[in-house]
Amino acid sequence: MRTIRAAAAGAVVMSLALAATACGGGSSTDGEGSNDAPKTLTYWASNQGASIEIDKKVLQPELDKFEKETGIEVKLEVVPWSDLLNRILTATTSGQGPDVLNIGNTWSASLQATGALLPWNEANFAKIGGRDRFVESALGSTGAEGQDPAAVPLYSMAYALYYNKEIFADAGIAKPPATWAELVADGKKIQAKGKQVIGAEGANLSENIHHVFTFAKQHGADFFTKDGKPDFTSDGVVAAVKQYVDLMAKDKAIPVGNAEYAQNQSVSDFAKGKTAMLLWQSASANLKSQGMSDDAYGIAPVPVQSGTPGAGEQVNSMVAGINLAVFKNTDNVDGATKFVKFMTSDAEQKILNTAYSSIPPVAAAQSDAAFNTPATVVLKDTLAKSAAALPQVADESQFETAVGTAVKELFAEAAAGRPVTTESVKARLEKAQQQMPAA
Amino acid sequence: MTTTIERGRPGTRPVKAAPANRRPGRIRRIGLPYLLLLPALVLELLVHLVPMVIGIVMSFKVLTQFYIRDWGSAPWAGLDNYSLSVDFNAPVGEALLHSFFVTVAFTLLSVALCWLIGTAAAIFMQDTFRGRGLLRALFLVPYALPVYAAVITWVFMFQHDNGLVNHVLHDQLGLTDKPSFWLIGDNSFYALLTVSVWKGWPFAFLIVMAGLQNIPRELYEAAALDGAGIWQQIRRITLPSLSPVNQVLVLVLFLWTFNDFNTPYVLFGRAAPEAADLISVHIYQASFVTWNFGAGSAMSVLLLLFLLAVTGVYLAVTSRGRRPADA
Repeated sequence: MRTIRAAAAGAVVMSLALAATACGGGSSTDGEGSNDAPKTLTYWASNQGASIEIDKKVLQPELDKFEKETGIEVKLEVVPWSDLLNRILTATTSGQGPDVLNIGNTWSASLQATGALLPWNEANFAKIGGRDRFVESALGSTGAEGQDPAAVPLYSMAYALYYNKEIFADAGIAKPPATWAELVADGKKIQAKGKQVIGAEGANLSENIHHVFTFAKQHGADFFTKDGKPDFTSDGVVAAVKQYVDLMAKDKAIPVGNAEYAQNQSVSDFAKGKTAMLLWQSASANLKSQGMSDDAYGIAPVPVQSGTPGAGEQVNSMVAGINLAVFKNTDNVDGATKFVKFMTSDAEQKILNTAYSSIPPVAAAQSDAAFNTPATVVLKDTLAKSAAALPQVADESQFETAVGTAVKELFAEAAAGRPVTTESVKARLEKAQQQMPAA
Repeated sequence: MTTTIERGRPGTRPVKAAPANRRPGRIRRIGLPYLLLLPALVLELLVHLVPMVIGIVMSFKVLTQFYIRDWGSAPWAGLDNYSLSVDFNAPVGEALLHSFFVTVAFTLLSVALCWLIGTAAAIFMQDTFRGRGLLRALFLVPYALPVYAAVITWVFMFQHDNGLVNHVLHDQLGLTDKPSFWLIGDNSFYALLTVSVWKGWPFAFLIVMAGLQNIPRELYEAAALDGAGIWQQIRRITLPSLSPVNQVLVLVLFLWTFNDFNTPYVLFGRAAPEAADLISVHIYQASFVTWNFGAGSAMSVLLLLFLLAVTGVYLAVTSRGRRPADA
């Protein structure tokens, strides 16, 4: 019996040791990139079109073109937004990931902090034609200030006010609102005609963040101090969050049902003509796929408090967009760089950004006639003059969760008919701030 | 493995070789089952125990986004992650405690309802009648459906503007003054409970139904002759005979419900409303969404300890009750 027990114990110890070494091997060895597999690349694309199938149709011909040029086969996987960040985190942790991938540009600093992405220093930028090919505002969302970018800009987007021309005409509104006060006043006329005023995604944390960020700018406030510490409870931030939630609670412009929207239902409502207005980034392709024709709606800059959009307190959008990153431990670092060069080339930028109704972050491509339609001019102007980058801090992802949830809860209270006061907003934001990691 | 086969060959001539081979033969006889168990044991360790041990190790580390790429370099946190989790005066601990209480209330209600509905249905379905097979199959559908598909259907039904639930409760029956919110705010607790019971009771039904097959008909016949009514039969025969089945059933339902991640996650997404903030999603949020895997692991370990304690106490109590009966 004793020998058996000893043998069993030995087996246990051995398998544990095996497992331990296996784990150790996985996480520590793969430091820098190599060129061990020069003929293939794996590419994770984010879901930019109305569906994953549409993305595949857009991207595959381009990848085939790249294979013809370089002989490198690119394996494409389009990852839905709900999974993308988790997949990237898992890939970072295990070291088993794609070679090239799309990231939401607001994640740049958070992902940069993991050290998993290839930094774009001068040498790397030189391989893709130099840093100055890109528009400066897009480069502002590629990582923390003072560090080499963790990714290069691929698609740029900005928020705009989409409005239904027919509903506006019926309500006797001549031009889209330029200020929030005008929007609320127009809303009364629209409601008198039995239509909903403006859509929102009250339960979508990222959407909430994008809007309260812009409102905070308009109140001269920031969610982070200059040295990167969370500062959610300043008067300006509280007023900003309250103004956004008040669009539902006080002004009744956002329908209460939107408090639970998180699956882009507000876009469908707008496409179906249920709501008169929508604040969205580069929605044209999405609206078209939902059967709304281009001439049924107009595009105007997002309203400001007063005056016209510009810098400082006249900011009316975040710098939205998608960046292209390379995993540092890729075993085809040269191929990955070539692929980034291909995707950011003038020709590809025109094709891809046209397909996704976004704006090329590459200056030369941006000046192409394809991006001079009335729709894209509004977005281009916003990006150039009145958009600001979301805080490029390592805790950005935690900020989105904490504050995004606070706004979601405030919308839920407003929808239930409970009052939303300066105190209740401040209490929520205080709680959000306490949940941030102590730096 | 080859050695076993080769050694096994002389064993086919047992009588002659027996005296000389006695000891090795015995070891072989006793050793073989263990040898056969070995692959299972190794896999069990790899699949089950090793991740658990790694999880426990993680809970003692500062595993934020700065370190996830190379866990080895993450500094040791000592008990910091634990003290953060159980400091109920600070926001993180307070939120965890709130989530814990929500989960306990949810689990107790859900298990009780699942058991009650499942048992009642099983007893009703005990007698043969036309269409019994069909009804049984129908009852099992929620259990057989893929969780995601089933719960996403509920999401549509619970919608404020176009959902079936509000259409029936508000538009047709006029039970509420205005359409209610089910996926946000306080009602979300009841929405979650409804889906959980809907999804869970067929399992109770299935197990109790199997248990009922083992109760001899004669007991009921004898009881009927003695003048026992249906309630007395259920109370005096059915329930006592089912008690070993129920003991396991309730424990399993409790563990599944307490740990359920899919239902709340599909219903509410990554930020559950406060009223329905179940602990599994809460921990997911603490680790994946805020990228603090150390704190998330510490909370998981605390959850594991709690469930172990509950299971241990439950088994001790129920088996103590059984022993005198067995004797």
